[in-house]
Amino acid sequence: MKKNFMIAIRMTIATTLLLGVVYPFVVTGLAQVLFPKQANGELITVNGKIVGSRLIGQPFSSPGYFRPRPSAAGTGYDAGNSGGSNLGPTNKTLIDRVNGDVQKLQAENPAMPVPMDLVTTSGSGLDPHISPEAAAFQVPRVARERSMTENDVRALIAKHTEGRQFGFLGEPRVNVLELNLDLDAVHPLH
Amino acid sequence: MTTNGWLQILFFLFVVLALTKPLGVFMTRVFNREKTFLDPVLRPIEKLLYRLTGVDETREMRWTEYGAAMLIFSGVTMALTYLIERVQNRLPLNPQKLAAVAPDLAFNTAASFTTNTNWQAYVPETTMSYLTQMAALAYHNFISAATGIALAIAVVRGIARREKDTLGNYWVDMTRATLWVLLPACIVGSLFLVSQGVPQNFKPYTTAQLVDPQTVQITGADGKATTQVVREQTIAQGPTASQEVIKEFGTNGGGFFNANSSHPFENPTPLTNFFELVLIFAIGSGLTYTLGQMTGSPRHGWAVWCAMAILFLIGVTATYSAEARGNPLVQTTANHLQPIGNMEGKEVRFGIANSALWAVVTTDTSCGAVNSMHDSYTPLGGMIPLINMLLGEVIFGGVGSGLYGIIVFIILSVFIAGLMVGRTPEYLGKKVEAFDVKMAMLTVLIYPLFVLGFTGISVLAPKFGLSSLANAGPHGLSEIFYAYAEAGANNGSAFAGLNANTLWYNSTIGATTLFGRFFMVIPVLAIAGSLACKKHVPESAGTFPVTTPLFTGLLISVVLIVGALTFFPALSLGPILEHLLMYAGKVF
Repeated sequence: MKKNFMIAIRMTIATTLLLGVVYPFVVTGLAQVLFPKQANGELITVNGKIVGSRLIGQPFSSPGYFRPRPSAAGTGYDAGNSGGSNLGPTNKTLIDRVNGDVQKLQAENPAMPVPMDLVTTSGSGLDPHISPEAAAFQVPRVARERSMTENDVRALIAKHTEGRQFGFLGEPRVNVLELNLDLDAVHPLH
Repeated sequence: MTTNGWLQILFFLFVVLALTKPLGVFMTRVFNREKTFLDPVLRPIEKLLYRLTGVDETREMRWTEYGAAMLIFSGVTMALTYLIERVQNRLPLNPQKLAAVAPDLAFNTAASFTTNTNWQAYVPETTMSYLTQMAALAYHNFISAATGIALAIAVVRGIARREKDTLGNYWVDMTRATLWVLLPACIVGSLFLVSQGVPQNFKPYTTAQLVDPQTVQITGADGKATTQVVREQTIAQGPTASQEVIKEFGTNGGGFFNANSSHPFENPTPLTNFFELVLIFAIGSGLTYTLGQMTGSPRHGWAVWCAMAILFLIGVTATYSAEARGNPLVQTTANHLQPIGNMEGKEVRFGIANSALWAVVTTDTSCGAVNSMHDSYTPLGGMIPLINMLLGEVIFGGVGSGLYGIIVFIILSVFIAGLMVGRTPEYLGKKVEAFDVKMAMLTVLIYPLFVLGFTGISVLAPKFGLSSLANAGPHGLSEIFYAYAEAGANNGSAFAGLNANTLWYNSTIGATTLFGRFFMVIPVLAIAGSLACKKHVPESAGTFPVTTPLFTGLLISVVLIVGALTFFPALSLGPILEHLLMYAGKVF
């Protein structure tokens, strides 16, 4: 018993060094050499300023931008405090929120069914994507605000739409931050 | 449900099936200490470890010593994890200057990571330093997984050996599981994840300037709402990939970020999602082949695999269809809402199918990582993950723990078959006698004792039990029930609305994880020790064969009936009642 106890102490120290220190440092070293962009969060820089990460959603509320999904992370898209709403399916707060948002969106664009993802929060609160339907739903508003033709806006959406990976994995999606940055680049708001 | 959704689910199961034999054969070689292609690199490291720690690799242990060594090692590593958490503010690699972790939370976290549970009552990005994540939490992801594999191998040896009283050497099995099975795959896997966008660095969090600054309402502690303009976004990063890969491969599930695998940095694309899903099932599935191979009956391994695969498919069908049907309280014919199912708490890139698949996979095993928020599932969609854990996580199961869990149910199955024909039951040439069945029943009974006991106390205590609820009505019962079910089953996923970072929940959930792991392991090792000593009895006409579809069917029935008898009353008051009320239009 005493022998096993001494082994346990020495084994704890040795394996902590191997698995808790050497392993992550080796992986970090290799990652920084092989994939420097991905290993550092795929940050996007505009005019020398970091404006976000390609993978992390960001809040947009001005009518000239495509809006992302509602977010339950902090005050909205808080990338230092990720998380979902955790509201259950019979929770009045959830039902009232969704039905209220559905009404608002129906008023904005009565021609299309309201996209489900625009009235539900994501699991992370940082979902960088909306569905192609949710992007198409917002085309009339964005085109009007930016004095663009709807077809020009649709062409930009098509450029930022990713299909299913290898044709069958996941769901088609549009990256909201990249789409909005591209909008600003080709047709600034002011 | 869509064709494409089912295509993804069936392709996933196919890949798992394809990996089962190669992985199983590899693990058999590793634990029989035969040559493998990794020996030239790993053998010197292994020998060095034994020299430094004083392990005699030729020494064999009886089941009692095997269990004691495992308990002592778990105790020492748990103490070190607690210590690191408590003094992380004085240690390096803490760029965000995070404070020391509070004692009850540090205990809960140390217990939960030591037991392969990875319940997280904390928000990682605002609580744990990089060093704590690496050297305390990800470290336990390796060690608890290696311990699980070692225990499973010891149990398989107990079945395979004849008239011997030893099961192997815990230190050697644990070390070989770490070096051969876990570490090489994790190095390659983490680099693959980085290539897909999972961060791996030691930098402080990045501050980004928002493209469209936001005006937000913030309610202060005094209840007054103030308006604030948010111009920046703090982007948490860190050594994520190296933790992500072992979190799935070792069925641990403790996220580097609060949102776990729904966070785009932990799981950026459908491809990483698929890869992580395969990692979760891989070892558990491979071990069924190892069971068959080491006991000289590969067909028995496949019979067990089939039982698991059928239970998996039942679960995924139920959850996927419930989530695809959506929530009738928002989905009315009048409001023209797009009818694609329940997207609350789910990510667009994964959609309904991949979220439902993940919820089932993560609770079939003891993983508990999530890529969507189970608390927001429809009542029946969220009931399946709960049931998966209540069945004891034997559907592929946690690495190692799934195999020894299913062996307990196999023993009960052959026992019941033996009763039907009036013969002493046999399992792979070993007579199953009173002691073995008693120990098997003990493991089956310990779990509900803690789960139902603590759930009962919590729902009767408004001050410290109910005060943590985020959702009222039957969903509240589900939240508490889920918390203890995952703790006892060492899962670690959550109906995360429950505020579990309180003295009551931290201490009782922490204790339940310890009981759920170690009280189960000891009777299982006792069975192994007892079986190892027995003589081999040749198969006769009266032996119930454990390689046939009949056996697979009986095993499935025993798993389901034991679970149903124990937990149906509690389930009917939680998710089933909520389902009925939801369709009656009731909200809480």
